[in-house]
Amino acid sequence: MIELRDVSFEYDARPVLRQVSANLAEHRIGLVGANGSGKSTLARLCHGLLLPTAGQVLVNGHDTRRDAAAARSQVGFVFQDPDIQIIMPTVAEDLAFSLRPSGLSKQEISAQVDDWLGRYDLVSHRDHPAHLLSGGQKQLLAIAAVLITQPQIVIFDEPTTLLDLRNKHRIMAVIAALDQQVVMVSHDLDLLSEFDRILVVDAGQIIADDSPRAALDVYRRAALG
Amino acid sequence: MLTLYTPGNSLLHRCPAAAKLITLCLAATLIMILTDPIVLASGILVVAVGYGMARIPGRTMWRLSRTALVIVMVVAACQAFFTSVSPAIIVGLRILFLITAANLVTLTTRTADLITVVEAAARPLTRWGVHPDRIGVTVALAIRFIPVLGEQACRVREAQAARGVKAPFTLLVPLVIRTLRLADGVGEALEVRGLGSSARAGASTTEHRSMTR
Ligand SMILES: Nc1ncnc2c1ncn2[C@@H]1O[C@H](COP(=O)(O)OP(=O)(O)O)[C@@H](O)[C@H]1O
Ligand SMILES: [Mg+2]
Repeated sequence: MIELRDVSFEYDARPVLRQVSANLAEHRIGLVGANGSGKSTLARLCHGLLLPTAGQVLVNGHDTRRDAAAARSQVGFVFQDPDIQIIMPTVAEDLAFSLRPSGLSKQEISAQVDDWLGRYDLVSHRDHPAHLLSGGQKQLLAIAAVLITQPQIVIFDEPTTLLDLRNKHRIMAVIAALDQQVVMVSHDLDLLSEFDRILVVDAGQIIADDSPRAALDVYRRAALG
Repeated sequence: MLTLYTPGNSLLHRCPAAAKLITLCLAATLIMILTDPIVLASGILVVAVGYGMARIPGRTMWRLSRTALVIVMVVAACQAFFTSVSPAIIVGLRILFLITAANLVTLTTRTADLITVVEAAARPLTRWGVHPDRIGVTVALAIRFIPVLGEQACRVREAQAARGVKAPFTLLVPLVIRTLRLADGVGEALEVRGLGSSARAGASTTEHRSMTR
């Protein structure tokens, strides 16, 4: 559960979010809105990557400012571009990298890495350079590297925007199968219509917070005039 | 330049990463002191034998030496232009040795093993505020992102070619901007993946981000 309490955010004194409040508890929550409306900023605030200029963000009760480590340990974050998220040169090394802080033994880490490689059909790419994977495989790797740390909440910022249709469906199936709470920024209205709750962001404010049907209606009307 | 591990079972592959790195450091120091072109050339010959021992496929070797040769030629040409031919030869041979020898080490050593050694070497510096794990990750990042940067350069070149731009220096500005953007993104990714600052005072934990926007 993520609680936003009167959250405002400014970049260089330019307000980007204005007094946003919401309790995010549903299993599947979508964020939608025009380019530059503040969706990514909101997503980053939910993780603690950014801290609010005013107000508070609580992740399962942990304040992202005062209790940062505890808050972050509960949330995984997947960016739009997997190329920045993959840090180690090869596929298996990148998954193992996620488990470095876990204090697990080498054998345990290697066993978990193999497990996740198997789940996402990456076994044959184990020792391959990450940059030679396809776009879809890179995003799978980026997601696996987040899930391997067992976060309770996963935030996705446009995870399928750079992918072709086939890979998009693959990634969507993976996300749909997650047990975790998901907060996702997306422009895919078909996809969002399956969610439990949609927040429509417009010029730094939430102008609708409702079921997909009602919220997406507001979004369409705002976007198309 | 930095290349990736090529799986194998040769003596060089089995040799401990620390031994290879120390040898590389010593050889690199020695090569900077020596000036006899014949000695330098024999050093390169020894490295070539190493490639044979490690059974590096000819294609990989050609791909790597091609890049190395371009760099060597550019530097040597500058030297020859500003000084004279004989220092140009010495500098050229030194660089060729350094690149091929360093490649041989990365080709035969897993990145994870390299990082372990680098971290161990940095551990005594902990008392001066150095974080060995960060130094290790820095090495990994360099290895990981050099091909990514290469791709970015290709993309910029393509975009410019499509618009009829030919001057090579115009490549530089968009490439630097892209690289800074990439660095911003990677900085965030490191934070998200558990390596990086805990919350700092102020609005943003990644304040430098606005630099490239
Ligand atoms: N690092 C930054 N520095 C300054 N301004 C930024 C930065 N990141 C985003 N912005 C600005 O904040 C606003 C909201 O951005 P963002 O949250 O990324 O929007 P969205 O994800 O909805 O497209 C935009 O006007 C954008 O230009
Ligand atoms: Mg965005």
